[in-house]
Amino acid sequence: MSAAVAQDYAGAPLGTPVYELTHVSKTYARNLVVALEDIDLTLRKGSFTSVIGSSGCGKSTLLKIMAGLIPPTKGRVILQGQPVTGPRRDIGMMFQQATLFPWKTAVENIVLPIEIRDGKAAAKQAMGKAHELLDIVGLKGFENVYPNELSGGMAQRASICRMLITEPAVLLMDEPFSALDELSRDMMNMELQRICREQDATAFLVTHSIQEAVILSDEIVVLKPRPGRIAEIVDVDLPRPRTLNMMTTPKFGAIVDYIRSLLDKGEEM
Amino acid sequence: MSDVQNYSPSVKAADHAEDTVWEQKVHFIDSVPRWLAMTFVFVVFVGTWQIVTSLRLVSPIILPTPMETLKDMIFVGQNLLTGGYMLGALWITIKEVIYGFALAIAIGFSLGVLVGETAFGEKAVMPYLVAIDTMPKVAFAPLFVAWLGFGIESKVALAAFIATFPIVVGTAAGLHAADENARMLFKTMGASRMQTLIKMKLPTGLPQIFTGLKIGAVGVMAGAITGEFLGGGKGFGELIRVAASQLNTPRVFSLILYLSLVGLVVFASVVWTQRRLVFWHKEQVGSGEF
Ligand SMILES: Nc1ncnc2c1ncn2[C@@H]1O[C@H](COP(=O)(O)OP(=O)(O)O)[C@@H](O)[C@H]1O
Ligand SMILES: [Mg+2]
Repeated sequence: MSAAVAQDYAGAPLGTPVYELTHVSKTYARNLVVALEDIDLTLRKGSFTSVIGSSGCGKSTLLKIMAGLIPPTKGRVILQGQPVTGPRRDIGMMFQQATLFPWKTAVENIVLPIEIRDGKAAAKQAMGKAHELLDIVGLKGFENVYPNELSGGMAQRASICRMLITEPAVLLMDEPFSALDELSRDMMNMELQRICREQDATAFLVTHSIQEAVILSDEIVVLKPRPGRIAEIVDVDLPRPRTLNMMTTPKFGAIVDYIRSLLDKGEEM
Repeated sequence: MSDVQNYSPSVKAADHAEDTVWEQKVHFIDSVPRWLAMTFVFVVFVGTWQIVTSLRLVSPIILPTPMETLKDMIFVGQNLLTGGYMLGALWITIKEVIYGFALAIAIGFSLGVLVGETAFGEKAVMPYLVAIDTMPKVAFAPLFVAWLGFGIESKVALAAFIATFPIVVGTAAGLHAADENARMLFKTMGASRMQTLIKMKLPTGLPQIFTGLKIGAVGVMAGAITGEFLGGGKGFGELIRVAASQLNTPRVFSLILYLSLVGLVVFASVVWTQRRLVFWHKEQVGSGEF
């Protein structure tokens, strides 16, 4: 039945709700920190959503709950029609660190999710696809290189490939480029946009860079801290595809200013 | 004095601003190849030894001359090569070391996984291991002899006993080496506990595990010889003990030297395995280290 449901969603038109969070709250039992309170959120197919907020306001917690890594204290998370109760095959994830394993070559790292799920033989079969993905992110020729020899940006490109190898329905990313220098980060953002458009991916990005959120997103969820609540969901109606030049336009500047004002307001409380 | 000379370029720079070349102070030792430096230390050592003995600063019974030692080494070497009684003794000690190390690896690794991977092991077993580890383990030797007799079993047991703890500690530490991101990544991939252990935690911890193995490799040798000193038998340690009791110091010296060759081989084989398996860690370890 679940396969049939997933099939429905794969063929569903862009804009269909894929992820639905209702009244999600999280209190960490260990220290009774209320990390999230009453989060309602819908991600639509093919959309790019960012969540922004100051450090410690619950962004990573939200992402982990969505990924099924930790349970919410209250509320429901539905992905493709089914409640999220643990790690799922239709979710791809990426973190601030590339976390490539140094004893595996780039391409071996990329097929690791396949190896874990379906065994070594399946991983071998996925090698061809891994090569294609490496080509897409501009790492052709680095297939058999060990991670020690990759720069930070190259490692993150490889980790994008690892996220995409299982053809996930949604991409969850926790500050994936914040360890990179600004030039690499801009380039990676453009690349990420291109990949998401090519694959009709539904993307959810945690960031603390307002510019990054605005240039990539259709919607920006602004969180206010202690406890983490949604202050506002801002629509970004800049045309697609986005280009880096747009960052100098008045409209871009206006949206950035508006989000900054929301964040400042959150801090005062 | 050379410091002062090397600091003069700032003065020169004032005169010829266009060719400001800072002289790099090169330490003399950096320009000497390692083998030469090591040979130098060896020559100084043997030279001092020669002087001390030929001036009769110490009695020849306490310290034989380098020449006497060399002669005895040749004698022992011939005995070993021609399959004499010393070879039999050496073989016994080698067996003790190999069995002891194998046992220590098997027990140490298993306990290390228990302690490093399970909450029960960490909570309930680790405190006992720490407590035993703080004891002087050599003191258990008479017990092992009483339990296992004067054969090689008691020596194997002591050797394994000494070498087990560093392997436990190394394995447990290695299993904790994986960072939060790697754990989370494996969780998102839906990896089982076994997969996480085998495909991520163990490989990540190999550097620490090998550190434990190297400390264990040193300890296993010490354990076997201590066992032979205290529990008799027919090993190389017994030969050393007998030679020492006869005040045959050159023999003691040359036996120790051959024995250290065995220890070196054990240690080197661990290093060799590490280089194969943990090739990816080389850069961080640094070329100067083992
Ligand atoms: N495992 C945990 N146990 C207890 N408290 C936690 C844990 N993880 C996060 N927190 C707390 O929850 C709050 C939100 O953390 P987090 O989601 O990491 O924020 P962000 O990603 O926005 O910086 C913080 O106050 C943090 O201290
Ligand atoms: Mg975070």
